[in-house]
Amino acid sequence: MKILTTPRHSEQEHLRFVAAAESQQQQKRGGGDGGDEGGKGSGKGAQKLAKKGEELKEEMDALIDEIDEVLEENAEEFVKNYVQRGGQ
Amino acid sequence: MAIPKVMGTEIEYGITVKNDRDFDPISSCVLLVNSYREDSTAKILWDYDQENPLADARGFQVEGEKYTPNQQENIARNKTLANGARYYVDHAHPEYSCPEVTNARDLVIFEKAGERIVELSRREANRVLPPGTQMLIYKNNSDRKGNSYGSHENYLMDRRTSFKQIVEHLMPFFVTRQVYAGAGKVGSENRSQPCDYQLSQRADFFETEVALDTMVKRPIINTRDEPHADREKYRRLHVIVGDANMSECAIYLRNGATAIVLAMIEDGAIDRDLSLRDPVKAIKEVSHDPSLRHEVELQSGRRMTAVQLQGEYLEMAQRYATGRELDPGAKEVLAYWERVLTALERDPLELADQLDWVAKKVLIESFMARKQLDWDSPQVHMLDLQYHDLRPDKGLYYLLERQGKIQRMVTDEEIERAVHHPPEDTRAYFRGSCLRRYGAEVFGVNWDSISFGIGDEPIKRVLMAEPLKGSKRHVEELFRASPTAAELVKNLKS
Repeated sequence: MKILTTPRHSEQEHLRFVAAAESQQQQKRGGGDGGDEGGKGSGKGAQKLAKKGEELKEEMDALIDEIDEVLEENAEEFVKNYVQRGGQ
Repeated sequence: MAIPKVMGTEIEYGITVKNDRDFDPISSCVLLVNSYREDSTAKILWDYDQENPLADARGFQVEGEKYTPNQQENIARNKTLANGARYYVDHAHPEYSCPEVTNARDLVIFEKAGERIVELSRREANRVLPPGTQMLIYKNNSDRKGNSYGSHENYLMDRRTSFKQIVEHLMPFFVTRQVYAGAGKVGSENRSQPCDYQLSQRADFFETEVALDTMVKRPIINTRDEPHADREKYRRLHVIVGDANMSECAIYLRNGATAIVLAMIEDGAIDRDLSLRDPVKAIKEVSHDPSLRHEVELQSGRRMTAVQLQGEYLEMAQRYATGRELDPGAKEVLAYWERVLTALERDPLELADQLDWVAKKVLIESFMARKQLDWDSPQVHMLDLQYHDLRPDKGLYYLLERQGKIQRMVTDEEIERAVHHPPEDTRAYFRGSCLRRYGAEVFGVNWDSISFGIGDEPIKRVLMAEPLKGSKRHVEELFRASPTAAELVKNLKS
């Protein structure tokens, strides 16, 4: 099993982020109006949970890889040069 | 009885040209706006005769020079579109003002159509720029160096409601609605307290409670009194306190909840005193606290969080809605408002797939953790900016959307249709349809008028002082009987 090197609180946020998206997709499929988020981690065995966690982590990693690909190169120069005139 | 909340938004976009050392925002804006090609609307004037941005809702006229460009400049800077929108150059920013709609869901559709229109013109503009350079557009409100550009909302209100009442009941609502309507920002600016991340793009820029200005010393409540409609009957509340949202859910709730609160003010249904001790201070405190635990201080001495204060408005709104005929879609807004506040109370992260500020925060923090970056890193600042990038393949909001990590409120088909067709239930239908049908003979346009230049005849101006008239239902028959502009004018006179 891979060892995670990210700080603990951030890792939890990865998981929550994806979990929120997933539960939302389930809601959409059900066509319901959501609101209740019962049944989170409803004890189907530690192994299964660990597997799920790993899948979520992979999904988040994939997203970050994709961001890596599109993120403006030379960020420092770019944000420095992004100057706007004040508007309304 | 409250009047229907006809509404619209005006978005000023950020603009830059990558690798262009001599980047000039104004000429870039002119190129951008003129790169959007729609049949037969290329030479129509914006009618400045009807404009008066210096009238103050508190009942006076401010001294100042009214802007009226010459004809050539006018045409170069203004485009009225067949979907009823105005697309133009405002100061040094491209701006898209969506057509008038009657409900929050349509507002989402027509604001999102604006993103597509700007993106289409951006792509066209890039064809004529020198190789190696590229025009880029951002739907945000700040360059994070102290320069802000606005995204304004407009709501039709009953002239009989006193402006004082509006100010009193709206102020606490505006200070706190950023808990769902904030677009998120890394760091702070404009001399406000340092912070890592905040809810709102704009909060740092509000320096006073009520005023006419929109570019300096910005007020939480703007007093511009330019109704673009029958001024005896209506006012147009010009809201400058909001952020430019990417998220459809945030746009929906921002406009939907605001429209309900405004109707309640007209009906005298706000019966709790929620006045804040110091709104200008509070708007920044709320923005600077993503934990949402900070308590703002009320005049009464009570303290409550921004979410609790929104909850007070929601409760009053739910009572108001009981047994009453509301605007179309308002019940759905109420239900969604309740779900969002409940989730914010429990854990804002639950809304990472719905609200901009949460989605952006989670995205940035995940990236920071993986790359061992901190909030001062240029890459983090780049993520903040690129979240608002209009390129579908590079914009980080669109990336989340594509990956199914963002909830949708409307469909791509609805947005695509709104790029080309006006809403059917306001005067925008008449405006857009006239451009489509008689574009060559339309001489000038404003929100409340459209004028025709037919042959050598004097210009005929059709006034549209009622925002709900000119809908499809009203004018379908008229259009059928008027194959030409001349016949339209004749039929209107008879």
